[in-house]
Amino acid sequence: MADQNSTSDRDFESVLTSSDTSVAEFEDSHRGVVGTLQHVLHGNPTLVPVIVLVVAVLAFGLIAGDRFFTPFNLTLIMQQVSIIGILAAAQSLVIITAGIDLSVAAIMVLMSVISGKLAVELGVPAPLALLIGFAGGIGAGYMNGLLITKVKLPPFITTLGTWNIFFALNLWLSGAQSIRGQDIDATAPLLKFFGLSFTIGSARVTYGVLLMIVIFVVLWYVLNKTAWGRHVYMIGDDKEAAELAGIRTDRTLRQVYMLAGFICALAAWASIGRVGSISPQSFYEGNLESITAVVIGGISLFGGRGSIMGALFGALIVGVFQSGLRLAGVDVLWQVFAIGWLIIIAVAVDQWIRKVSA
Amino acid sequence: MTNPILQARGLVKRYGRVTALDNADFDLMPGEILAVIGDNGAGKSSLIKAISGAVTPDEGRITLEGQEVSYSSPLQAREAGIECVYQTLALSPALSITDNMFVGRELKKPGFMGKYMGMLDHKAMEDFARAKLSELGLMTIQNINQAVETLSGGQRQGVAVARAAAFGSKVIILDEPTAALGVKESRKVLELIQDVRSRGTPVVLISHNMPHVFEVADRIHIHRLGKRLTVVDPKEVSMSDAVALMTGAMQPDAVAA
Repeated sequence: MADQNSTSDRDFESVLTSSDTSVAEFEDSHRGVVGTLQHVLHGNPTLVPVIVLVVAVLAFGLIAGDRFFTPFNLTLIMQQVSIIGILAAAQSLVIITAGIDLSVAAIMVLMSVISGKLAVELGVPAPLALLIGFAGGIGAGYMNGLLITKVKLPPFITTLGTWNIFFALNLWLSGAQSIRGQDIDATAPLLKFFGLSFTIGSARVTYGVLLMIVIFVVLWYVLNKTAWGRHVYMIGDDKEAAELAGIRTDRTLRQVYMLAGFICALAAWASIGRVGSISPQSFYEGNLESITAVVIGGISLFGGRGSIMGALFGALIVGVFQSGLRLAGVDVLWQVFAIGWLIIIAVAVDQWIRKVSA
Repeated sequence: MTNPILQARGLVKRYGRVTALDNADFDLMPGEILAVIGDNGAGKSSLIKAISGAVTPDEGRITLEGQEVSYSSPLQAREAGIECVYQTLALSPALSITDNMFVGRELKKPGFMGKYMGMLDHKAMEDFARAKLSELGLMTIQNINQAVETLSGGQRQGVAVARAAAFGSKVIILDEPTAALGVKESRKVLELIQDVRSRGTPVVLISHNMPHVFEVADRIHIHRLGKRLTVVDPKEVSMSDAVALMTGAMQPDAVAA
């Protein structure tokens, strides 16, 4: 009786043996140029910023002519984007986990003020002052991470809060006073190390630019070649799935925010060399500029997608637009206008790529 | 008589005033497919969560191969050899098949780069993933590095089962593996389940699909009102009787007779 039951219940499947084994297929020619492009970009989301960067460099080379296309100007762009670039590296880590860190620039300025205050005004040896700055950056990141994973606050709200807190602490510690470049030179020149440079022909490369590139290369390695990096992507893609698959997601998230905080402290050191002094009022919009670079670099705000190298290209695109438009004699407001459109287009392209079907 | 590989006695789990598990027992024999059926709210999920480490029961004990075990996370259960394929599959859509299969137990390169730089051995992982997928007859997947989101529902289920079966686990738990699949894909997954059993790994199958349960299960555990009502043999009980037991329309004594 039961046997009969179970076989009769499968009768509807008996026709399967003669069923058509082909699966729904679409030939590439049917997919069209646009569909193929969508697929290629889905596999390599960093291609968009690379193309935009190359096109922008060539276009501004034509418009602004000789002045743009000099080694001096191109390396100057690198220097101009180096601080935002380093912040964008920290921001990328957080955004890949589907979070956001509005406090990156505030952590950076706070740590530059702490290191400068200790080294220049309190006579602490410069290496020790810098180490305290690094520890502070990690600590600030840990605070963000704890609030997000233990108190379960959304990253946006957490870092909006800590942005204000760190900024206020920075004003309090500094008394809203800058530390002058001459004083740093006299007492702790190590703080300005990343402003030093060497020249190759007319190209001037600062150690700050090298630091930015090294940070991106190291993070690329960590994210793509280590288990921890794959976990970071998986958490951003689907946190619940990552948890069920056995990743300790909260611990990894805290590590991500701590690493981001450490990178912000490195940016603090580099910023002293870049600016030449320590100003508590500087880089107030640095967090938003870092998000701009990340988004233009094709890293998805929804997490789990995009390459960290995209953020470097994103920062360079912003720098190329600003430099190119300035050399072409365009008003500053149109630079801002252009960056605004770049952001919107970049996110629209990301949405379109994510809609790709198999 | 052989001893159960996985056994639970007197499991109790309360959520406030709701009792999800009320002295529930559970036995899984080596090399069998045990189906767990029950109405919605009967406590199937709580039972499976208790066994797979997703929740810690308030009372009762669980033994794996005769050793008493207690887990505080799915990770610990997995390390002990209990793999669970959740209904949501717990796959990361944007990552590759290989990345998904090795999540949490990645292989590192031998030598300095692997030991001190944490460098992953992508090649070894790809080879292993490819071997495991073809072992389970899933090599219609052409590119082991394609993102999971580009796979069909059945292929995704296959990847999740392959992940559970690939690492020498002692018990595999499948939660509603055919619920979201079409006829053809369900067939593939059922064959996959039988394949896993034929390689010696016992399977716990949670399903609402009676034809599928009756086709592959060796024994059927019927869960009702937070406890094990009875265990029946699908060859001796009809589908309608199983449903009657599950819903309380029939008492177990009536069948045993």
